[in-house]
Parts: sequence; C-alpha cells; structure tokens
Amino acid sequence: MSEAIELPALDFDPFGQKFFDNPYPDFAALREAGPVVRLSRYGVFGAGRYQEVSAILADNVNFCSSRGVGITDYKKSPPYRGPSLVLETDPPLHTPRRAVLNRVLSPGAMKKLREDFFSGARALVEKLLAGDGEWDAIRDIAEAFPLSVFPDAVGLPPGGRENLLPYGNFVFNSMGPENQLLKDSLAQVPPVADWINAHCQRDALSPDGFGAGIYAAADRGEILLEEAPLLVRSLLSAGLDTTVNGIGAALYCFARFPDHWDRLRAEPALARNAFEEAIRFESPVQTFFRTTTTDVALSGVHLPEGAKILMFFGAANRDPSRWQNPDKFDITRVTSGHVGFGGGIHMCVGQLLARLEGEVILTALAERAARIELIAQPRRRYNNTLRGLAALPIRLHAA
Amino acid sequence: MPNIIFIKPDGVSQTVTGRAGETLMEAARRGGIAEILAECGGNCMCATCHVFAADEILAALPPVSDDEDALLDGTAADRQPNSRLSCQIKLTDAMEGFVFHLPATQV
Repeated sequence: MSEAIELPALDFDPFGQKFFDNPYPDFAALREAGPVVRLSRYGVFGAGRYQEVSAILADNVNFCSSRGVGITDYKKSPPYRGPSLVLETDPPLHTPRRAVLNRVLSPGAMKKLREDFFSGARALVEKLLAGDGEWDAIRDIAEAFPLSVFPDAVGLPPGGRENLLPYGNFVFNSMGPENQLLKDSLAQVPPVADWINAHCQRDALSPDGFGAGIYAAADRGEILLEEAPLLVRSLLSAGLDTTVNGIGAALYCFARFPDHWDRLRAEPALARNAFEEAIRFESPVQTFFRTTTTDVALSGVHLPEGAKILMFFGAANRDPSRWQNPDKFDITRVTSGHVGFGGGIHMCVGQLLARLEGEVILTALAERAARIELIAQPRRRYNNTLRGLAALPIRLHAA
Repeated sequence: MPNIIFIKPDGVSQTVTGRAGETLMEAARRGGIAEILAECGGNCMCATCHVFAADEILAALPPVSDDEDALLDGTAADRQPNSRLSCQIKLTDAMEGFVFHLPATQV
C-alpha cells in the first residue's frame, strides 16, 4: 500500500484550456513523474508513458470499459445517454457486436469504397483550386471531405447531416468532467439527438450502406435486432468528428512543415503513411479512461479496485523511450505501433475508413497543390477528448 | 529461435532470425521487411501484414481464427489458399527455415 501513497501527484487539468492549448509540457511531466501518477484535481490516476498506455489497452480484463471510458464510473452513476454497445462494454457482450462492426468496416468493404472516395477527393480538390485559393482548411477540406463521403457510406439521406458534427462533439465532451464545454455541448443536444436516433432506424438508411450491413447482421441473428440501431448510433457518434480532426491534423502538419509537403509531392504513395504520422504526431483522440476491476499492479504500482485511470495517447505517441525524435513530424517514419487509434479489443473499429479518407484526400491534394500556405493564425477547437482546430486559414497554391 | 525466410515479389529473399515471444509480423518489421505494413500494430484488424506461406509449412502453422479468416477476405493482394496474417503467427523453434512469400501490395 505504501506505493500508492508515494505516487507522484500532478495538478494540471487535462480537461482545461491551458492544457488544450499546449499539452506538451504536461505530457513531459507525466512521463517523467513515473509509470502511473495521481491527477489530484480529479482524484483519478493517469498514465503517459508508451509502455503503460499499451499495457492498459492490451488488458481488458483488469482494465474494463463497461464502467465507462469517461471520468464517470457507471457503477456509481449511470451515463447521460445509454452506454455505447461496443466502446463501453467488455467481453463476452462486446464480442459479437464488435465482430459485426469489424465486418461492416472490413478491408474488403474499404476496397469497394476506394474508387468512389478517390473520385470525391479529386472533385473537391478541383473545386478548391478553381477558387481564389484562400480557404479554411478545416471547414473546406477536413470537414467538407468526410461530410461528402461518410454519410453516403453509412447510408444516410441528404437532409440533416449538419447534426452529425455537433452530436460527435457532445459525445466526446461527455467523457470529461461536467465542465463548461460539456454543459455547452449538452445544451445543443436535444434536437440533434432526435435526428440521430431517427436516423439509426432501418427505414432511414439506404439498402447498401454500413447501416444496412448492421441490420443484415441482426437479420442473420449475429446480434439482437434491438442492438442494431445502437450500433448505427456508434458509427454516427464516432465516425465523423474523429476523421475531421485526423485530416485537420494532417493539413495543419503540412502547413507547418512544407518540406514534408514537398516530400509527399515527390512520392504521393507516402500519403497513407503521412496520414498515420499525423495521427501519431497530433493524436486527435487524446484520452480515454479505463476502470480497474480488481486490485492491479501496473509496472509495480498498486491500483485499487474501481480506480479510474486516464490514458494519454498524445503523451505515449511522443514518448522518447519509444520514438526517435518524437517531436519531429516525419512522413517516412515507421508508425506501426502508435496508439492514436487506441489498441487491444477496443482499438478504433473505423481505423481503415479513417486511413482511406486520409490517404485519398492527401493524395488528391498532392497531385494538384504545390503548397499549403498558412496565411493566418489557426484557431483551436476545444473538446474534452478530441484535439483539433476550429479554423486553419490557408492559401492553396496550384501546381 | 528460428530463422525465417521471406521472399519478396521480385524473388529476392531475406532471412530474419526470430526472437522469443515474437510474432512473424514483429520479426519481419524488426528485420526491415518493408512489405509488411502492420498498420494496426498487430491487433488483427487491418490485413496489411498479409503473407503467403510456402505450401509445405501450411499445416504446421497455428489455425486461422474467425477474425483472421474474415480479414483475409479483404486483402489487397487477392487471398490464396496459403494466405495468412503474419501478426497471428507466434514464432516457435519448430519454425526453423519456414518460407513466406510477400505480396506485391498491402493496401
């Protein structure tokens, strides 16, 4: 027990604006303080080193998700909305539901979308280069591209798609404490949630999209029919804001590091790895919690049953004991093993879709744009879980 | 631990000596086999560590799980009867000299 008492404590707020503006000094402090620290402001534990973050992700028995992947312990207080059927469950409940989503978002399914996504990306770039060249790379690329392909891939009708981003924003805020960010996004939710719930129903979804694939699995008896709309909801919650922030991260990197844009233009086949490196470098999903199911020893540190521990993916992805020159953006880096998509049984189920979107939009831009020039200060978007920008003013130079 | 032979699409072979506890994917990555991408890091989710096992060793490999089977259906280079995901093969001493062919593409 003495180990727990001697644990280093850090006072920074991982859900505060100061941290969001520049998390890197706190990441370094976390890694230097020890394998596990106390986050004194919230009475929870935290891990910032690659080794422990990976170990927690890999151990879904001792570190469960069913008590919530946010700061709230569902055993003590139930969630605002019903818990996610996949993100916030453990085996065996998790297993068949996850298998259905794996199938719907499989490599084979991505192969079928590839050509259409490429066409969509090239059409968008064509439009951008036809204009005066000044754009907001977040609104006009990072949001516009996923919004032009993702809802169609799910099978949503054209109207009402503006509800998707505010819903995702709320869901990812809800994993943090009840701060102003969460209160503000919660206030927007009621009309948005009505639209989302209506569009999780079979009759709202086209017969050829991901949504229909989930209902087909229910028809085959792989999941219960009443689980199908909630799995569609998981796609709508987690499928858009994440890719927007992923693509936004890549564009922000290339605006800051033009030598790597030149490198990509010389070898567009690097686009997929470049996107992956941007995910490592910025870590658009910054944090998730796990809850201990029993007394656990983690790297020699004792954690009691029922402890909430926050994994800092951004810190692990910049851990110098795992990565050479971790603070350098390098599109030729071997990125395999980064935890930007998490890891273990809950690793991002949409990772293949994210990579496809990132690869095709970066390829299409590299084919036609000589330079992504930053023309004004970017503006940060604040969210309790997601790291990204609200605005990235750029001039796109035609090649 | 076993010496594993990888044969690239152009016919050039490279030998990597496995380490205790490694998967075939991990050994290939450590050995600099660039044809193995392993985008998901070994979580059996991406099918970018696809290999073709030499026919004579196929029966000596661990069985294909349902998850691996589903992923193999979507590999970038079309699935063959000897297709495997290298992240799902734990190396053992018995695998000395095993030969794996690498596909021309993983995405």
